[in-house]
Amino acid sequence: MIKFLLNQTEHSVSDIDPNITLLDYLREHLHKKGSKEGCASGDCGACTVVLGESDGQTMRYKSINSCITLLASLHGKQLITVEDLKNDEQLHPVQQAMVDCHGSQCGFCTPGFVMSMFAYRKNTQTPTREGINEALGGNLCRCTGYRPIVEAAVQMFEPDAKDQFTETESVTSKKLNQIKLSDSEVALSALGRTFYSPATVTELSSLLINHPHARLIAGGTDLSLEFTQFLRNIDVLIYTGRAEGLDTVIETESQIDIGSAATYSKAKSLLVQYFPDLEELIERLGSRQIRNQGTIGGNVGNASPIGDMPPVLIALGAQLVLRKGDTTRTINVADYFLKYKVTSQQSSEFIERILIPKPKAQENFRVYKISKRMEDDISATCGAFNIEIENGLVKRVAIAYGGMAEIPKRAKHCEKALLNKDWSEHNIQVAMAELAKDFSPISDFRSSAEYRLLVSQNFLQRLFLELNSSHDTLRVSQYA
Amino acid sequence: MRKLPNVAQAGDTSKVKGLPGQSQKHESAHKHVSGEACYVDDQIAPANALHAYVGLSTVARGRVTLLDLAKVQTSEGVEAVLSLQDVPGHTDIGPVFPGDPLMVNQGQEVTFYGQVLFAVAARTHELARKAVKQAVVEYEVLPADVTIEQGLENNSFVRPSHTQQRGDTSSALKSAAHVLNGEMQIGGQEQMYLEGQASLCIPTEDGGMLVHTSTQNPTEGQKLVAEVLNIPMNKVSVDIRRMGGGFGGKETNANQWACIAALLAQKTQRAVKIRLARADDMLATGKRHHFLSRYDVGFSAEGRLEALNMELSGGCGISPDLSDAIVDRAMFHSDNAYFLPTAKIVGHRVKTNTVSNTAFRGFGGPQGMVAIENIIDNISRVVGKDPLDVRKLNFYTDEDNRNTTHYGQKIEQHIVPALVERLERTSNYRARRDAITKFNKTSPILKKGLALTPIKFGISFTVQHLNQAGALIHVYTDGSIQLNHGGTEMGQGLFTKVAQVVASEFQVDIDTIQCMPTRTDKVPNTSPTAASSGTDLNGMAARDAAQKIKTRMTEFAIKHFSLKEGEVRFANNQVFAGERSFSFAEFSQLAYTNRVSLSATGYYATPKIHYDRDKAQGRPFFYFANGAAVSEVLIDTLTGENKVLQVDICQDVGQSINPAIDIGQIEGAFIQGMGWMTTEELVWGEDGRLQTINPAAYKIPAIGDTPPTFNVELLPDSPNVEATIFHSKAVGEPPLMLGISVWSALRDAVASLADYKLSPSLDTPATPERILAACNDVRNRS
Repeated sequence: MIKFLLNQTEHSVSDIDPNITLLDYLREHLHKKGSKEGCASGDCGACTVVLGESDGQTMRYKSINSCITLLASLHGKQLITVEDLKNDEQLHPVQQAMVDCHGSQCGFCTPGFVMSMFAYRKNTQTPTREGINEALGGNLCRCTGYRPIVEAAVQMFEPDAKDQFTETESVTSKKLNQIKLSDSEVALSALGRTFYSPATVTELSSLLINHPHARLIAGGTDLSLEFTQFLRNIDVLIYTGRAEGLDTVIETESQIDIGSAATYSKAKSLLVQYFPDLEELIERLGSRQIRNQGTIGGNVGNASPIGDMPPVLIALGAQLVLRKGDTTRTINVADYFLKYKVTSQQSSEFIERILIPKPKAQENFRVYKISKRMEDDISATCGAFNIEIENGLVKRVAIAYGGMAEIPKRAKHCEKALLNKDWSEHNIQVAMAELAKDFSPISDFRSSAEYRLLVSQNFLQRLFLELNSSHDTLRVSQYA
Repeated sequence: MRKLPNVAQAGDTSKVKGLPGQSQKHESAHKHVSGEACYVDDQIAPANALHAYVGLSTVARGRVTLLDLAKVQTSEGVEAVLSLQDVPGHTDIGPVFPGDPLMVNQGQEVTFYGQVLFAVAARTHELARKAVKQAVVEYEVLPADVTIEQGLENNSFVRPSHTQQRGDTSSALKSAAHVLNGEMQIGGQEQMYLEGQASLCIPTEDGGMLVHTSTQNPTEGQKLVAEVLNIPMNKVSVDIRRMGGGFGGKETNANQWACIAALLAQKTQRAVKIRLARADDMLATGKRHHFLSRYDVGFSAEGRLEALNMELSGGCGISPDLSDAIVDRAMFHSDNAYFLPTAKIVGHRVKTNTVSNTAFRGFGGPQGMVAIENIIDNISRVVGKDPLDVRKLNFYTDEDNRNTTHYGQKIEQHIVPALVERLERTSNYRARRDAITKFNKTSPILKKGLALTPIKFGISFTVQHLNQAGALIHVYTDGSIQLNHGGTEMGQGLFTKVAQVVASEFQVDIDTIQCMPTRTDKVPNTSPTAASSGTDLNGMAARDAAQKIKTRMTEFAIKHFSLKEGEVRFANNQVFAGERSFSFAEFSQLAYTNRVSLSATGYYATPKIHYDRDKAQGRPFFYFANGAAVSEVLIDTLTGENKVLQVDICQDVGQSINPAIDIGQIEGAFIQGMGWMTTEELVWGEDGRLQTINPAAYKIPAIGDTPPTFNVELLPDSPNVEATIFHSKAVGEPPLMLGISVWSALRDAVASLADYKLSPSLDTPATPERILAACNDVRNRS
């Protein structure tokens, strides 16, 4: 059985296809038609709803794509949909601002925008244009051109932040804690399929031993496409999101230790503290809804050649703690990827943690991503650079690219051209040429092979200029 | 006896809410934000309803040697399977010309990847989708043309080519100081309405069908459903309350899904709903035509156009659909705002084995415009002038009779020159030009570009008979009003604007007026809501209906109270009859009890327009909508990444009926046009399969793409000289073409790499990849 709060009402679900998405459940089973399906792949935001999670006392709210969230993952959470925002027939300040600013035209994307704005309002003291872009970058509108929506997202801060959700916050929190306390076996089974939601890592580990063919599901932002796009079913799913301790982000003396179930949203602040250049990358990786669900562990585990974190982790010399049963082993991220979608992970083994060494003083980290659109777009190429220069000499260098091969991998020839050499324009030119030996990228709808290589080479030039020059910025993304 | 409703008494003299000129909120705004607005797929289907889905072809061209549906039939939840032989009526749903088979059967030829082969109806949407995957289909694959060039080479056209000509271009080219030639690829565009195609068909008695469908063209849907079912049109009613976006993509492309659902509903005698999953929607429905423009242009030393030979080849896909009119409109706009002393414009309708391209906001106009703007920019680099000065030099003007288009329409009102002067001033164009030139001299990697481009867009359907509209208004005995007209609401605010027109006629608050779903049983024989014509046509028709009722009420009052003409007045939600005053409701009730009809139809047909296509001469447009935009961009010359920094727009909407809605249309159209020019790239494989079939692969602008500074002004004091509704002007399509300024500014930024002496060629969409290639090309040439 799965239990969650449908706004304020406790709601139990059993005997429903464990593969069903939250959006289908809302629309087809509860006949709540406010949340829309625009793409069923988490790319348009029309299905956005908000999840409330209890911090013990207070509530935290996050926007998610209901089209690629499995219903079964909702256990112990509060679900808020667009139908819940009105209070006594009064529009919520978020809704009122959208009306006042003429923020809707055809209206189909509007419920999704309203929910993303609601979450932004709940998590923010003062609106900024950057913050609005980041919060709403995963909501597409084809009618308005967004200007009135930006205006509404500012105006909605004028009324007091208090609303009906603030008033019931402690009650809601208490209800959620009760659901947590009442946990017996949390799972959803029907049609011969099961979704397990283990409460501990040990439980998860043994489930995986018992079900070696099970699929692990974290945020589900990629795996759910199996259901919505390819109409496949998965018989056994094991959810990582409820296993205690698996989503922690810990700082030790020498490293950043990220649980494999930690979302981007959760890991971001600590990562950015040590690697400021990751801020732009993380904000361009998926959308806020995706970052609220998607995990770094998932990004590594699904072994896509176009994931953005793997090249970063490789360049940073990160390691993975792999666990099978009670046994763990630690490997370099670079050694995890073998071939297209093939990893060195064994049957019943899973990624438990990701360990990133803290940067040394001399280290320079940069990451560059190319896509057609700045926000919520998949990379044509993504290059990560970690380089230590001492007295004009390259002491250490690690360069890795995504999108350039069937796996994310290091640019060994290119590195060699730089290592223990002068940090000079000439050597950069040599390294650029050497990069052609490292990669033979493919052509697809995102980019031609020629452009992939050319722009990946030019990254080195940007790197050189950025580390040497006094110019304000060399990137359009950061130009203000 | 039925008791009449209680009504408010006269006496409230507050201002009337929602009159034309006010920024009345969208009539559905409250419902949009609360999730209460109901779209086709949100309707609760009748009990026992089925869900349809379609099986699509997986080759671009081939004979279907086997279409085995046995496993589909026995797939879980399937209640009916439909293939071509089950269709009792017409099997071709081409809207103007034949060429669009509803489905393709075994033994027949499929002609594009994603063509419908068959359909199923099952208990759920999911089961229907899973069932179609059970089909066993085999093809004898045949060679396919995928690109415009391939079609041209094989002389493959969906319709004959057409020429518009003025004067002798060859001698003018010979005598011109400069001659340039070149070609440009202009990309297509996916409509990407957020609500995909959807229909719900419910069988009615007498063998009829009630069709709820997300369509811009209810009457055509009605006609085609009747034809495929083999029943008369009077047994089919089409109903559409609102679409979640249309943009032209639901002008003809909604029909097929309604027809398929109707056939399955007829077959099963159960309600049948269909909605396309996004990837199938993008695969199986038409897009904006991509074009290839080839040209020779002759011009003076100052940069004045003297001769233009232009060949515009539109990639039409497999069938005519609306392509004849679309390529015509591209040709009609190959002058944009510029006088062409001699011109020969040839439009080809190229056939390829790809989905038939269709209407999309601008309807060919944008492609014609970008083709000429490309030329103007190129001329500027040759003569060494700011492109804005070359534009100004070529504007239509009455001086030297430079005031007639190459198709013989006289420009009666020269709005563009003054509008551009104004925008040049308000946007601070010259100072910014200087600042940018300076910035580019010192910035090593990042370069800025600036461009001002104008638009002059012809308003009217170029198919004359479509320029008509009908309306039906009921006034009830409580003074509430129901408004029906033939226009459809897709977000553009049409229902709001027409309601404002009716509020104005009766001088009542807009809340009094209920906008009704567009239904073919309320208003018959309607034109599609397209060509920016919605308010022009339906506003006039609704006004006509309202005036009829008002006239009857007035005549009744004169007779009833023995008044003279002019002594009856509608104002402030009241009716004044001599000394007496009534609330509108009271007076409606009084009129009713005295047996006055409070219901009327209205009608409108656009005057003045005519076009002789054989001679390619006439006045196809009732008037022109004008505007201009200044865009400032930043590019990275190492990567081609780019950003729009500032946009300033001035748009001529005549006398605005609703400034907020008009500004919304302008902003939205601009961003859509910008997307077309930059990030929105359709990519087909050599196998003819579209590869960009979801929003993960096809990138429309997101919120961060909206420029941080975005100023929109409605050109003040510029009522339409033609007698349009409240002397307003159409606004739906024209501002889309303002997005061309972004592309022109990107080229300007690239041109800075060679000190503006070379004109970079930059096909559209100008993706980072194309921009970087342009940078490198200019660097290599300089």
